[in-house]
Amino acid sequence: MHWHSLQEFLFMGGYGTYVWGSLLVTTGAIASESWLVRCRMFRARQSVTVVAARQ
Amino acid sequence: MQSDSGSLIAKPRSRLFAFAALPNFFKLVTRLVPAFTIVGIVAGLAGAAVGFLVAPTDAQQGEAYRIIYLHVPAAWLSMVLYVAMAMWAAIGLIYNTRASAIMAIAIAPTGALFTFLALCTGSLWGKPTWGTWWVWDARLTSELILLFLYIGFMALHASFDDARRADKAAAILAIVGVVNVPIIYFSVKWWNTLHQGASIRLTEAPSMATPMLIGLLLMTLSLWAYAAAITLQRAKCIVLEREREAAWASDFAKEL
Repeated sequence: MHWHSLQEFLFMGGYGTYVWGSLLVTTGAIASESWLVRCRMFRARQSVTVVAARQ
Repeated sequence: MQSDSGSLIAKPRSRLFAFAALPNFFKLVTRLVPAFTIVGIVAGLAGAAVGFLVAPTDAQQGEAYRIIYLHVPAAWLSMVLYVAMAMWAAIGLIYNTRASAIMAIAIAPTGALFTFLALCTGSLWGKPTWGTWWVWDARLTSELILLFLYIGFMALHASFDDARRADKAAAILAIVGVVNVPIIYFSVKWWNTLHQGASIRLTEAPSMATPMLIGLLLMTLSLWAYAAAITLQRAKCIVLEREREAAWASDFAKEL
């Protein structure tokens, strides 16, 4: 382990805003994209089910 | 066409062409998505642990260098995904295979997202190391053009009512735009840029410490596996949207 305390880890040598900001943007983007694709799959399945019920 | 065995049904030129049929493509993709998801999660957790907890401080950039664990894989992916998108688009144009065109369309949003992330994390790296969020140097500008190419590809595709015509028109744009990828990659060699050179070269031994390299490779594997999983999942959505009238789609939708 490179760090001696949690504070030191979070502070990141004074670059915490940039490092954690990057992590936040990346995880936020990945979570949002995953959620959007999940919603799209739900809608696609629903539309297939509706068409199948009509036939 | 009569084959050697006397059958009137032409044999597929390659086993890969079997997956050009949308039911087979859908079945294959359904199997691949969970595998890529697991690899993405495991490699991501391991890479984050090595990169943020174990890897030492960089002598020149201090702790700010840890942004490379997100920035470098995102930048690589932005280029690789564009080449993959153009390749699928070209295959779709040449062989008129719907699955290839669907793959190209499915890649575009993820490619645009990773290009945005490369620019965004690059800015967050640039501010503490260069003293500025943005400079109009060759690497940053060509990467921004890549983002516009992805957006243009998606906008052009969305502007057509007929999906097959949209696939073909967008494919041409994707193929023309691929010329930007080598420009991005070699921009740091061809022009005098503020952006540093390649972090890892295939022709030379890496100059970074081993834990740094392991963390970077694990994060790269994780984000590449994520990109594969989300792209294939989006391709499944597109297949269901286009084939909702087909009986097989109804059977598969029930199983999902």
